[in-house]
Amino acid sequence: MAELLTIQNISIFVLAIFVGYHVVWNVTPALHTPLMSVTNAISGIVIVGAILQVGVHNGELITFSNILGAIAIFFASINIFGGFFVTQRMLEMFKRKKTKVEKPND
Amino acid sequence: MTNLALSNLAYLVAAVLFILALRGLSSPTSSRLGNLFGMVGMSIAIAATFWIGENLNLLLIFIPLLLGGSIGIYAAKTVQMTKMPELVALMHSFVGLAAVLIGLAAVFNVFESHSTVQRFELFIGAFIGAITFTASVVAFGKLSGKFGAKPIVFKGQHLINLCLAIAMVVCGIIYFQSESIVAFIMMVTLALVLGITLIVPIGGADMPVVVSMLNSYSGWAAAGIGFTLNNSVLIIAGACVGSSGAILSYIMCKAMNRSIISVMLGGFGADVTADIGGQAERPVKSGSADDVAYLMSNADSVIIVPGYGLAVARAQHALQELTTKLIEKGVSVKYAIHPVAGRMPGHMNVLLAEADVPYEQVAEMEDINGEFSQTDVVLVIGANDVVNPAAKTPGSAIYGMPILEAQKAKMIIVNKRSMAPGYAGLDNELFYSDKTTMLFGDAKKVVEELVKAI
Repeated sequence: MAELLTIQNISIFVLAIFVGYHVVWNVTPALHTPLMSVTNAISGIVIVGAILQVGVHNGELITFSNILGAIAIFFASINIFGGFFVTQRMLEMFKRKKTKVEKPND
Repeated sequence: MTNLALSNLAYLVAAVLFILALRGLSSPTSSRLGNLFGMVGMSIAIAATFWIGENLNLLLIFIPLLLGGSIGIYAAKTVQMTKMPELVALMHSFVGLAAVLIGLAAVFNVFESHSTVQRFELFIGAFIGAITFTASVVAFGKLSGKFGAKPIVFKGQHLINLCLAIAMVVCGIIYFQSESIVAFIMMVTLALVLGITLIVPIGGADMPVVVSMLNSYSGWAAAGIGFTLNNSVLIIAGACVGSSGAILSYIMCKAMNRSIISVMLGGFGADVTADIGGQAERPVKSGSADDVAYLMSNADSVIIVPGYGLAVARAQHALQELTTKLIEKGVSVKYAIHPVAGRMPGHMNVLLAEADVPYEQVAEMEDINGEFSQTDVVLVIGANDVVNPAAKTPGSAIYGMPILEAQKAKMIIVNKRSMAPGYAGLDNELFYSDKTTMLFGDAKKVVEELVKAI
């Protein structure tokens, strides 16, 4: 059963690499920096793993594992919020341009 | 449906949204919607985790979440665009650190025992995370100039790295067989040291490659944790980020004419700087801002080649003004961007976008190289190696590197502070060409003078 699960994981992993490969080659070079910052945010998905470490077993005290999980949540959150917001900020800069193009005419 | 089934369905939705977020970046217009997809995907994934988490301590979740979130937002709002590589490197290190902490938390969790497969996955996730963490901290230090950008090379370096790597794998195998916590901690410690020793020999010029590579590692670390937790969204997101970083590393290596292996082995510049010694002073033609302004405003077409020197001098806004003035005079103006014009992939595009340069005016190397021969004036600002025709000469240290073919234009104007060579340590034939006028001085001052003179 455990092996089957691992094989499933590997299947997902390999297929996701292919998807990632094809999607990223389509990214315009002008947006490679936002690509990096948005992947920073997406890597923040490790927060899911961190959240699963803060389960406190019935009536027990907070364990060392819980604390480590909480610290991991802290760092992952910096990435998630920092990554998405800085990407948004950069993409806004690429937008403003559109209106500026017409400026010389008016 | 059980909670587990429901949350797994939600994870699938989140993974699809992440892929759409990357997909959106294929054009600036679709990118903002893509980013929104990413945010929604992340929220769904976090919400779904609350479904399957047992006895979650909400304080332990929300306090670090709010704290980290505020710091993240603050950093995102205040960071200068020139400092993006540092921010990105720092964020790579956080992913690595979080992966290590999650691995340790799982190992220290006395309520769970791990199967041999899980132990193997924990080992992979934690060691990639640990290397990513310290390597990114060193990269951050080099980029921000805190540790000095010079490569640190010493004898027997590769042997030491090899020994560290072997010792790390041995500890991993011991943990794998005995579930010994001590062996796991030893393994993580060795991986942390290895992260440092791998990056110190790499010079500042290779940082765009290193940052891309660490981007890739941070993805693999996330995927590794996903394997341990049997979590599909972690595996999918990690794999996408991992391949994204790998592609960027490949693009950067190609643009700098370096192989990934030689970057990793480090010491860029050490073997080529010999070229400049004993070079006699050669005459160059230098001109004044007024002459150049006259040339430019009477040209039909102008291509501007910006390099990182432009950003250092904070001359982007002045340059944008210059462009607007030239366009008003009926001159066609374009920017030509070399893939390594900034300190990370796409960096120069962001710096120009920040200065309100319309992205329609900005062209990538492959698209614009054919146009140089029909261009009247090329203005090179703060760039050097990326326009060095020596790249076409067999035997040169940069032979084979793709360059912007500025030398083909009718007239070339080069703004530089001095005749100092670029990162590759090579003299640039372009500066001595009789088509070239040198315009010495700080980029910002010079461009402002040009704006005034036009």
